[in-house]
Amino acid sequence: MLDLTAAALAQKIREGEVSSHEAAEAANHRVEEVEDRIHALLTPTPEIALERAGRVDERLRNGGIKPWEGVPLVVKDVLSTKGIRTTCGSKILDDFTPLYDASALVNFGEDLVMVGKANMDEFAMGSSTENSAYGPTRNPWDLGRVPGGSSGGSAAAVAAGEGWWALGTDTGGSVRQPAALCGIVGLKPTYGRVSRYGLIAFGSSLDCIGPMTRDVRDSALLLQAIAGHDPLDSTSANAEVPDYLADLEGGVSGLKVGVVKELMDERIDAGVRGVVENVVGGLEEAGAEVGEVSLPHAYYALEAYYIIAPAEISSNLSRFDGVRFGLRETADGVHEMYRRTRERGFGDEAKRRIMLGTYALSSGYYDAYYSQAQKVRTRMIRDFRDALSRYDVLISPTAPSVAFEIGAKSDDPLAMYLQDICAVPASLAGIPAISVPGGLSEGLPVGVQLMSDHFTEPMLLRAARAAEEVSGFAFSQRP
Amino acid sequence: MISEEQVRHVANLARLGLTDEEVTRMGGQLDAILDSIEKIRELDLDGVPPTANPLDMTNVLRPDEPREELTSERALSTAPDPVDGMFAVPRID
Repeated sequence: MLDLTAAALAQKIREGEVSSHEAAEAANHRVEEVEDRIHALLTPTPEIALERAGRVDERLRNGGIKPWEGVPLVVKDVLSTKGIRTTCGSKILDDFTPLYDASALVNFGEDLVMVGKANMDEFAMGSSTENSAYGPTRNPWDLGRVPGGSSGGSAAAVAAGEGWWALGTDTGGSVRQPAALCGIVGLKPTYGRVSRYGLIAFGSSLDCIGPMTRDVRDSALLLQAIAGHDPLDSTSANAEVPDYLADLEGGVSGLKVGVVKELMDERIDAGVRGVVENVVGGLEEAGAEVGEVSLPHAYYALEAYYIIAPAEISSNLSRFDGVRFGLRETADGVHEMYRRTRERGFGDEAKRRIMLGTYALSSGYYDAYYSQAQKVRTRMIRDFRDALSRYDVLISPTAPSVAFEIGAKSDDPLAMYLQDICAVPASLAGIPAISVPGGLSEGLPVGVQLMSDHFTEPMLLRAARAAEEVSGFAFSQRP
Repeated sequence: MISEEQVRHVANLARLGLTDEEVTRMGGQLDAILDSIEKIRELDLDGVPPTANPLDMTNVLRPDEPREELTSERALSTAPDPVDGMFAVPRID
């Protein structure tokens, strides 16, 4: 059972071959077996998994369940879970228990078989999960290395088989980069495709909830489960949800695939480029028309992102002020209470980004930084529009390197930010992007990123499925 | 170069307490980050409209219909200091 994909397990559950309860037991067992080495979970929820699995099995006997229900899932600790501690990897929410569930979880089904809440960089800021206030997660491929971030706990949990799939969130690569570093599939859907209601906000114009899975079929199935319009999120897209599985095996014959020139230069490790070239060659052999494409503003995307995202952070994180929820430090006056609460509750990276964002938005600097960055964003979108008028799918590495050693970049914020160079262009444009394992370099997994136009996930998933096929990479649980 | 005074000013705007050591360290790091993002200022973007939302949505409304909401008792259940149905805070200074 542990070797099955989520889709295969879902089918066995519906056919009565395996019960959801047995699957939950297996996931709980695996958590016990590996968690002291991996530390993927901040709050394991074994009893909840078993109880809900029992209810899924009962509903299956009394009528039916949705095609994805019953398969144990790991949830990043930035998604609100009613009655279950939700920390965002931060001390400021150490004992916070949400009063409602995130809409994406509600969409999944009434009895979500949740294995646990996954570790993450504090408030989803980081690319290694080392910024968690609760200690780093370790990469199941090499316990001395990071799993990537910020959804590193979710990625490591899937790679280690602690549950069959996971939800992460992606603001500037936080689903895709850890998926790449842990050898799994990570999808950032079109901005607005999945409701953000109940997702504790980081960058509201960038945040997307996305599937982290063993293969591309599982990714399509999990997107099917969570996507949809939500009146409670005014930025959620009022567009019909297509069938993401219908055309999955359609292949890439005749599909135009553009390799992004700016994301294949010397900033990317040669071994990573080699894996991407190999997959591109395979897609060409499978019938895709391959060319090279330029996104000139990709050279400025990281810089624009590191103004826009911190600006939104400084605004969103102002709600953590010791008044309505979370930590409060005592003080004589309210201003000193704010300052002490936030000093004690936030970690280094959160403080750094709050400062950066506040500076970029402050009087005298707004035009030079924030407004300029928003204009770069417009140009980035135009670059994509041009490229996607000539190509169906764009391709690049997901991350510039394989998983690095724990501690290697933790004292150098700029080096850490460079992990996001390939991921942020799609985030700024709000287009869907998926990372698929393309092979190994230095014995560690490399992710290949595919991007396409707004709301074209069915085609993107079809291309990703073909990329997965030609890569020859197959999921196997580690360690 | 961002001065210590500027770091303290921005920290105050953000209602963020910083130790002296953090002010020094943060100043250096902010300098390095701001230096690296300086290059977007070399682009000529006159007349380019800014983007705030990638889907270009404006004024999304939903029907103003009553629905089940949290009771004030429930909403206050997560508060550090609820008093008489309200969020209590220290003296406003």
